[in-house]
Amino acid sequence: MMIGETFSHGLSGVLANKLRSALTVLGILIGVAAVIVLIAVGNGSSQAVAASIQKLGTNAILVQHGSFRFGGFGGGNASSVQRDLTIDDAQALLSSTNAPDVQAVAPVKQDQGVSCTWNGNSYSTNLTGTWPSYFQISNYPVSQGTYFTNADVVSGARSIVIGQTVVTQVYGTHNPIGTTLNCGGTPFQVVGVLGAKGSSGFTDLDDVAIAPLTTVQHNLTGYGSLGSIAVEATSADSATAAQNEIYTILDGRHATSAASRDYSVINQSSILSTSQSTNQVFTVLLGAVAAISLLVGGIGITNIMLVSVTERTREIGIRKAIGANRRTILSQFLVEATLLSVVGGVAGVVIGLLVSRFQIAGVQPVILPVSVAGAFLVSVAIGLFFGSYPANRAASLRPIEALRHE
Amino acid sequence: MNDSTRRPVFTLSQVTKSYGMGNTTVHALRGVDLTVDHGEYLAIMGASGSGKSTMMNIIGALDVATSGTYELDGIDVGSLNDDALSLVRNRKIGFIFQSFNLIPRTTALANVELPLAYRGVRRKERRQRAEQALAAVGLDDRSSHEPNELSGGQQQRVAVARALVTNPAILLADEPTGNLDTVATKDVLNLLDATHRGGSTIVLITHEDEVAQRASRVIKLRDGQIYSDERNR
Repeated sequence: MMIGETFSHGLSGVLANKLRSALTVLGILIGVAAVIVLIAVGNGSSQAVAASIQKLGTNAILVQHGSFRFGGFGGGNASSVQRDLTIDDAQALLSSTNAPDVQAVAPVKQDQGVSCTWNGNSYSTNLTGTWPSYFQISNYPVSQGTYFTNADVVSGARSIVIGQTVVTQVYGTHNPIGTTLNCGGTPFQVVGVLGAKGSSGFTDLDDVAIAPLTTVQHNLTGYGSLGSIAVEATSADSATAAQNEIYTILDGRHATSAASRDYSVINQSSILSTSQSTNQVFTVLLGAVAAISLLVGGIGITNIMLVSVTERTREIGIRKAIGANRRTILSQFLVEATLLSVVGGVAGVVIGLLVSRFQIAGVQPVILPVSVAGAFLVSVAIGLFFGSYPANRAASLRPIEALRHE
Repeated sequence: MNDSTRRPVFTLSQVTKSYGMGNTTVHALRGVDLTVDHGEYLAIMGASGSGKSTMMNIIGALDVATSGTYELDGIDVGSLNDDALSLVRNRKIGFIFQSFNLIPRTTALANVELPLAYRGVRRKERRQRAEQALAAVGLDDRSSHEPNELSGGQQQRVAVARALVTNPAILLADEPTGNLDTVATKDVLNLLDATHRGGSTIVLITHEDEVAQRASRVIKLRDGQIYSDERNR
C-alpha cells in the first residue's frame, strides 16, 4: 500500500471522531506550549539577571572597606583593629608581579546625597571620587564630552562627569557640557555625560556624578579610608585568580587572615555564574514540569487509540479479511496516532510562540529555538511511541475474532 | 460432467478443527474431505453448531485447520503464517458476509477499491476496476455514498462488487441473505447466479433451502462431518 493511502486512512480515522481527536490534540498542544513557554520564561529571567549584572561590568571586582562577616555591613571583626583602605592599597594591587590577573584599579570615595545645583535646579545624587580607570572598570562609557584625566586627578581639577538621571533632573533638555555644576558647595565644570545604563535591580545606575578622587577628598569627604577599590580582572575567566591575588596582597598589607579580614571582595563574575546556575536549575525545573504535562498528553494518545482500536475491531477484521497484512494495519494506526501528536505539536508551537510574546510574572520570555524544535520532535516521537502499543494490538488481532466482534 | 475437464479449486482432506484444550475441547470439524472444482456453485448447509462457520473460516483462509490439509489453487494453506494468509485471502478469495461488513464512513467506491489497494494496484486502474464492478452490480449511481446512506440490499451488492473486483478463485458467501428482505434477497441471489454463469466458483453458506436450491451442489454438515453431498440438476 502506498504512503498516501495509509495517510488518508489515518486521517479519516482521526476525523471520524472530531471532538475526541480535538481533546487528545489539546493534551499534546498544552504540553508542547508549556514546554516552550516555561523554558522561555526561565531563559528570559536568566538573561535578564545576566544583563543586569553585565551592566556592572563582568570583569569587575569590588574591594570594600569593612567586613560583611561579623555584625553586618561594615562591622568587621570586633577583636581586630579596622585598618583603612588606602590609595597605597590600591597601588599595591597594580603590581604586575604580585597581581598578574589585575588589569586596572580605581580607588573610590563616595559622598552620598550630595546636592548638585545648576541655574537654580537642584538634585541630590551620589558623588563618586575616583580615577579615570573607574569608567572602564565599571563599564561606564561617556556618550557626550570626555572623561577627566589622570592629570586632573593629580592637579585636583574640578571636573565632573554626570549620569543621565542627573542630566534630566538638573538640566532637562539643556546641554550640560561646559556648565558649572555646584555640588556640596564646590563648583565643578561638567566635562562629560555618561551613556544611559538603566538599572540593576533596584539601583539606578544613571544616578551618578563622578569626579577626580583628589578633588572629592579635598573639598567634600576628607582623607579618611577609601570606601572601596574597584578592580578589573584581565578577563572574566581570570576574575577568581585576581580575587585570590587581592586577598594575598591585602592580607599582607593589613596583617589579616581569612578569619579576620577588615575588607571584603565581591567578584561580579562569580555572582553572575552563581545566578546563572541558579537560573539553570530553575529553567530545568520548569521544563521538567512542562515535560510531564507533555507525557500526560502522550498517555492521552494511548488511551484514545486503545478506545479507537476497540471500537473499530470489526473494521480491522474486515480489512484483514480482504487482505490487509499486519504492517498495513500497524501503519494505519501509527499514522493516526502520529497525526494527532503532530497536529498538537504544531498548534502547541504556534500557541507557545504567541504566549511567549507577552510578559509572564514580570519576565519577558526569551524563546530557546532548541526548545521549540525539541518540543515538536518529542511530540512526534510521543505519537509514535504511545501509538505503537494500540497499533500493535490492532495489527495482531485475529481476523475471525475481530469479525465476530460487535 | 466429464472427468477430464474437472479441475479442483480447493481440496480439503481429513480436515479437523478443535478449539480449547483438555476436557473442554470442542471438535468443530471431525475429518472433512471435500473437493470443489472450477465453476462449481456449492452450498454448505447445516444447523448452527454443525461446523459451517468453522469450515467457511478454513476455506476462506481466515483460520487454519488443526490437522489435515487444505490446498487452495495449488497452495498448501495450512503451512502459511498470518501475513501470507492475508495475501492468500487478498489474491484468491472474495468475501460476502451476512452483515455486509463494509468499512464505515467510507464511500462505496472506496470500499470496492480497498482489496485492490491492499494488492498494490495503482490508483487510476483501481478506480476504473472498482467503477466497473459497481456497474456490474447496478450501483454505479451510488458510488459516492457511504454505507449508512445505502439500504441493506444495496450494501450487500457493494459487498459483492468488492468481492468480485479482484477476480477471486472462490467467491465465499456466508449467509449473504440472512439480513435481507425477500426483494433484496432475490436481487443478491440473482447476482450470484449471474456471477456463476460467468464462470466463477461460488461457495455459499446458508441454512435456508430456497437459497441452497440455486446451487449446483449442496453438502450438508452435521456434528462436524459431511453427511450428504448432492448435485442439483
